[in-house]
Parts: sequence; C-alpha cells; structure tokens
Amino acid sequence: MLTSRNSLKSRKELDAELGGAARAWLDEALAEAAHDAADATATPGAPRPGASPYASPPWELRYAAAGRHCGQENADSVRSLLLVESRASLPSVTRLYDQGTAAERRAVLLTLHLLDLGDTALPLIEDALRANDTRLVAAAVGPYAADHLDPHAWRHAVLKCLFTEVPVAAVARLGERAHGDAELARMLNDFAAERTAAGRPVPEDLRTVLALTAPAGEGDHPARPNAAPAAPAPTEES
Amino acid sequence: MRIFDPHIHMTSRTTDDYRAMYDAGVRALVEPSFWLGQPRTSPASFFDYFDALLGWEPFRASQYGIAHHCTLALNPKEANDPRCTPVLDALPRYLVKDSVVAVGEIGYDSMTPAEDHALAAQLQLAADHALPALVHTPHRDKLAGLHRTIDVIRESNLPPEFVLLDHLNETTVEAATDSGCWAGFSIYPDTKMDEDRMVTILQNHGTEKILVNSAADWGKSDPLKTRKVADAMLKAGFTEDDVDQVLWRNPVAFYGQSGRLQLDVLTPDPLHEGNSILRGGE
Repeated sequence: MLTSRNSLKSRKELDAELGGAARAWLDEALAEAAHDAADATATPGAPRPGASPYASPPWELRYAAAGRHCGQENADSVRSLLLVESRASLPSVTRLYDQGTAAERRAVLLTLHLLDLGDTALPLIEDALRANDTRLVAAAVGPYAADHLDPHAWRHAVLKCLFTEVPVAAVARLGERAHGDAELARMLNDFAAERTAAGRPVPEDLRTVLALTAPAGEGDHPARPNAAPAAPAPTEES
Repeated sequence: MRIFDPHIHMTSRTTDDYRAMYDAGVRALVEPSFWLGQPRTSPASFFDYFDALLGWEPFRASQYGIAHHCTLALNPKEANDPRCTPVLDALPRYLVKDSVVAVGEIGYDSMTPAEDHALAAQLQLAADHALPALVHTPHRDKLAGLHRTIDVIRESNLPPEFVLLDHLNETTVEAATDSGCWAGFSIYPDTKMDEDRMVTILQNHGTEKILVNSAADWGKSDPLKTRKVADAMLKAGFTEDDVDQVLWRNPVAFYGQSGRLQLDVLTPDPLHEGNSILRGGE
C-alpha cells in the first residue's frame, strides 16, 4: 500500500491516534532508537559486539515493520520519528536506504532535512532522482534537496518531475529556487518545443514552473510555450 | 473473475504481460525469488534481486492494477554454491519487510547435503518470522524428493498448514495432500502440468487447499495459464464459486497466514492519497 502524502505526523499526533498496543510498540521502538543514539555518542564508530556483517540494531528492524504495527498510513511518520530519535548517522541512513523497500527509502528521504547531516546525504537524493519509481522521485525533491542540490542537479530534478508526472507541488521551495533561473526557463522551453514537435501535450506543470522562472517584474507575462494537442501520453523516462 | 497467481516471476516478463494478465482477471500475484538462469557469484547480486522484488517490481505491477508480493530465500540450486550461502545470514533483515509473505522458493534440486542444510535452516527462519514457506519440489526424481521434503518439514518447527508444496503432478499429489500441506500446481505449455490434467486432478481431489499457478519465468511459459485453468474448470462443470476458491480464496488464505497481504492496489500517485482501483473483496 502506498502512503503517499509527504506530511509527517508528530509524536503527539500519533499518540492521540494509535491504539494501546501500537502506542506501546512505538514507545519501545523509540526507546531502542534513543538507546542506540546514546551508545553511538559514548563509543562513536565502535563495532557492535558479536555482530555479523548483516546484523542490524533492533530499532532498524522495527523501522521495517512500522506499518504493520502502527498502520500503513502512519508508516512514514513512525519511521521518520525513529530516525530523528536515534539521531541517525550517515552510515545508518545510508544502510536503511540501501536495504529498504521503496516505502522505507521514502521515509529516509522525507527525514534527511531533520537530521544533522549537512550535505553528506546527497548521494541518497541523487540515487532517488535516478529512480523511475515516482514515490521516490517525489520524496527526493523535498526540503533537503532544496537546501543542498546544486543548480544543475536541481534543474534536472524539476525536469524529472515533469517527465515522470510527479506534480511539481512536491518540489520544496520551488518558487524561490526557480525565480530568475534563465537556464531552467531555457530547459523548459526546449522540452515544450520537443513535445510540440512530436505532436504530444506539454505538461500543465511545465507552464507553472516556467511562470515562476520569470525575473521580478515579468511575472505577469511569462514566456508561453506553444500549445499542443491534449491527448494522454505515457511518460518516457527510462 | 478475479485471479491470484500465487507463483510467477514477473522480473522476467514485460509490461504487455502485466496488461494481458489484468485483462484476464489477475489482480494479485506472488513472485518467489528463484534462480535467474545465469548463476550468481556473490550475495550482493542476490540482495539487488531481493531489493528489486521489494521495490521496482511492485511499482511496475501497481501501474497495471495488480497487487505484488514476494517470497524470499536462497533457492535450492544455488544453495550448493558456497559463494552464495552467506545469503542465509542476511535473510532475517529481509524477512521483516512488509510485502514478504513467505520464505521461498526453498526445497530440493539435486538432494545434496548443502540443500538439506539450506532447507532446514530456512524452514526455521519461516517459523521464527511466523511466515509460511513455499517449497519447490524437484524436477528430477520428483516422488523421492517429495518424500524427503515432507520428512524435513515434519522435523521442522513449521506446521504443515504453513507449507505450500509446489510443482506437483499426478504422481505426487497424493503424498502431498496426505501431508497436511497446501498443494500447488504449475501449469506450463509443454512440461509440468496442463490445464486439462489440472481439471482432472481437481475432479479427483476437490478444490480445498489446492493452488494453481503459471510459474511463468524466462523459459517457455504462459502468464495467462491461471485464466486458462479457470476456463477449463468452468467448461468441465465446476461452478464460478469453485473457480473463485482455487484461483483466489485459496492463495489468499495460504499467504494471508503471513498477516501481510495488502490487496488494495493504489495508483502510484506520489502526492495525494492514491485512488484504489481494486478492493481486496472485489
């Protein structure tokens, strides 16, 4: 099941919503995550005693099972809380992303901006932006990408949304970053021209972003791409 | 007509297949991990494969309105390769994933000591994770292999009702059903079973605890064989309820023992609550 809204619930909201068993499970999981964070502070980088190369801390196993215990609609929120509570390090978020299902990966992507990682987790965002799974693409263009993606990568992320039909409403601080971006405007116009030449529709969201690229004073008269026949078309990103 | 294909290797199939399966009535499937034709040489290539069964393939299926679950395991053939056996150590972290509804395919290929070990270890993993097991029965020396399989299951901590014995035929159906396990039949264009022989087995053994699958993969196989069995059943006088039991309710009951089946398929709309285009009770 896809839980697909990018808004995360707080601990307080979850506590109010969850039944007794689920709340108890969440309490234990968050306590384990906090314990792991304390351990990591005391002995940073120390290997876990007796750990096999494939062993994971208990809270990371709970991370996978969050939806089954707290409801799939709360899985993103619970996973995000676990990451925050454990003060997840770069190796930890990288492991959870690399070893995660699409839903588990999405929760990592949605939480990166809440962790103290600087720009070190950018490879995860870049990986998600190479994916064609739209749930990952949508989660990758959140606040962390807005803070850290360089202009070239950020423009390609916006274009990727248009190609894969991820609504650009998912792009954090879109207006702020697009404002006055002449190179993004050029890319959008080229894309619109390519679609029009092929007799295919120009995505409505393209016009939205193009309007945002206008420098101050020109916002009321954005460059308009040529209109195209409005027939449904499959995405072609591959 | 609603169809659940309890054993099909979609990574080897195209989107045309997904579309044709949906048109034929397939609304849910289970993809067991298995051998890829080309032997793997390291655990890492298993992990990439498992990740695809948990990530990209369910996304592909959802685009065609089909619920995708998987079973994960070290398969019997590659259990004989010491370069691959460390996969057993990594399975616990995979078996906690939401869409994993069984351990499988496990079982015998050539009935070696390495296969004995992998089968017993993975039956224990299934018991530890409260998951059913999908057990492949060998192509060569099938009846002897089935008896040995049933012996290992009896010695394990997994109850027989948590086990699906697959790739059965006329010579193995009796022993399989006597064991208390669920009985699976793979319908192939030339080998294993065909739809008319399947109907005969259903006439002789009834429709309880029997599952029919296409086992379609990269070899000569047909992802619509489940529908063809349904049509052959109706032609032979079975009722629509009989067909629904074999092609939907039985696989739902077997894999449902995992507690992890999610039969609502949501369209992959990344921002809004997706529209459900299928209800589990449809």
